[in-house]
Amino acid sequence: MQELIHRAKSLLESGEVVRVLGWRKGENDWDVEPAFFATTEDLEANFIYNGFCGANLSKYMIEASKLDGKTLVFLKPCDSYSFNQLIKEHRINREKAYIIGVGCKGKLKIENIDAEGILSVDGAGYPDCSETLTVHTLYGDKEIAYKDAMLERCHVCKGKEHKIYDELLGDSIDTCDADRFAEIAKIEAMSPEEKFAFFQAELSKCIRCNACRNVCPACSCRKCVFDSTKFDSAQKANTTSFEEKMFHIIRAFHVAGRCTDCGECSRVCPQGIPLHLFNRKFIKDINSLYGEYQAGADIDAAAPLTSFRADDAEPGVGRG
Amino acid sequence: MYRIAKTDIPSLLAAIAAKGDLYLPVNTAGKTNFDAWSEDANVDLDTLKTVRSGKDIFFPQSENLYSCNRTDGKLSVTAAELEDKDFVVFGMKACDVRGLAVLDQVFLSDPVDSYYAARREHGTIVSLACSKPDTSCFCHAFGIDCANPEGDVATWFAGEYLYWLPKTEKGEALTAAVSSLLESTDEKAVEEAKASIRAIQEKLPLKDLSLDGWGAEAAKTKFDSPLWEQLYKPCLACGTCTFVCPTCQCYDIKDYNTGSGVQRLRCWDSCMYSDFTMMAHGNNRTSQMQRFRQRFMHKLAYFPANNGGMFSCVGCGRCVDKCPTHLNIVKVIKAFEKEGK
Repeated sequence: MQELIHRAKSLLESGEVVRVLGWRKGENDWDVEPAFFATTEDLEANFIYNGFCGANLSKYMIEASKLDGKTLVFLKPCDSYSFNQLIKEHRINREKAYIIGVGCKGKLKIENIDAEGILSVDGAGYPDCSETLTVHTLYGDKEIAYKDAMLERCHVCKGKEHKIYDELLGDSIDTCDADRFAEIAKIEAMSPEEKFAFFQAELSKCIRCNACRNVCPACSCRKCVFDSTKFDSAQKANTTSFEEKMFHIIRAFHVAGRCTDCGECSRVCPQGIPLHLFNRKFIKDINSLYGEYQAGADIDAAAPLTSFRADDAEPGVGRG
Repeated sequence: MYRIAKTDIPSLLAAIAAKGDLYLPVNTAGKTNFDAWSEDANVDLDTLKTVRSGKDIFFPQSENLYSCNRTDGKLSVTAAELEDKDFVVFGMKACDVRGLAVLDQVFLSDPVDSYYAARREHGTIVSLACSKPDTSCFCHAFGIDCANPEGDVATWFAGEYLYWLPKTEKGEALTAAVSSLLESTDEKAVEEAKASIRAIQEKLPLKDLSLDGWGAEAAKTKFDSPLWEQLYKPCLACGTCTFVCPTCQCYDIKDYNTGSGVQRLRCWDSCMYSDFTMMAHGNNRTSQMQRFRQRFMHKLAYFPANNGGMFSCVGCGRCVDKCPTHLNIVKVIKAFEKEGK
């Protein structure tokens, strides 16, 4: 971590960048915040990079792109996909960013640690994270495998490679130990009634806090249709069981083909709704209908849903 | 003081539900929230904090106020019926119960909110002491004792029993209704449980959280602080903190087009949202910094200024646990304390 602070300080001191976008220490090991740093003193005192830095900083670059001067941004391998996608959508300015591709050994979610009264967590440091986390709690110590506390997205890790960067710092581990589409296949195999019951149980928990939308790098509309007071679509609460599904389904449609599967929606949901399943279903279908495609893997490839080929699949016709 | 064996709790709940609606923590798809009891509900009295608080039962996220219908060219207006049946909320924690005292200040003051008042009148609260307070808890900062919750009936888990103490007339009435399932006992086990909870309270990391400098005066001293500009930065402008909060009470009125008329709804609003308190002339808070500041100033300065010093935070710590970017009221309080402002 000192290496990152050191490098950020020298880029700031040299004037190459005027601010640093990273993560700020919290009260505990796990409550780190995405943050802008403008001084070397602030970096020195408050910058942190550990296993709890799951937050994807790409979306903050939309605002940073509007500011004067360059911003140094730290991107984990999977965050770099979101960054690319935002460039592709003309939402961020590549010239305004100095990207350090930072190593990642899998990120953790404090809620995945099955313990009450957590006081501190040892073993979540970077670069020296350990295979076992030691959790100190009000009710005694507990050990848990690092893997068991990882975010869902880390179990389907896209790999160690940063897709865009100016320089790389630190090592990564490919933490993939699950089939990305296994859950989708399971749901596809359900009967319509089972599917309905599954999504009804999950989505009825939704409190319409919009955290999934607001954190999503693909949701970058200046004014969301669900916030607009000009249409009947404005929703602050789910007034019917239909509405609680509609918001998420419409959102999934809107980000289809652009969602990089960064997993932020599921990470932030206060009700633990596995929102990534919607997006992943679209990704799976796009792969099978239009050929393998990974949003954000580059900034040049034609996107399957916004380009036309004479041999394009016509899924609606096909199902006739 | 009464008690009932833990293994008999399902019978107790069934007996309460036989007399009227019963709401209690139910686990659905992995998360525990207050929900209506049913025989096959996955009742969860072990989880310390439900995601949403017990506030929902008295002030639901959305409720119908009235509906207008047009049939054969004639317009009819039908008001929503007020709650007129007694119901029980089981398992509210001390912080959530105090949260209702905050809501009472708002909704039971003139002009009285008839929808809320009807639910308060018909609701009986069975509170539950917190056997295992969590790291994010700071209810004691607001003078709340999680070892000795308020409510119509207070209950405690100790050993193999649930202990039951009626505290109000409503509580006595509920106790009488289920008396065949309860046995009389002394206070000893509950006193021990309280002592054990208080020993944990002493170890809580936020036990020394101080509210010095907050209250009515803070409206003048803290409004213009440069700290807000720094603190709000990572805020996503989502409504998580406001929607899991047991005291947030701001709402919006929405008209829903039913095709043949209008359904007028009241739904929770969030000061974090860009259209919060939007009026014809526009919005009086145009930046996220202003919206962020509003939430904390409301809880710690404006509300106490207008309500005899009562803060509109009860220290449940849900916002501490749930904020996607880990911003929260504790960090705000500590940041001001550190700056000595």
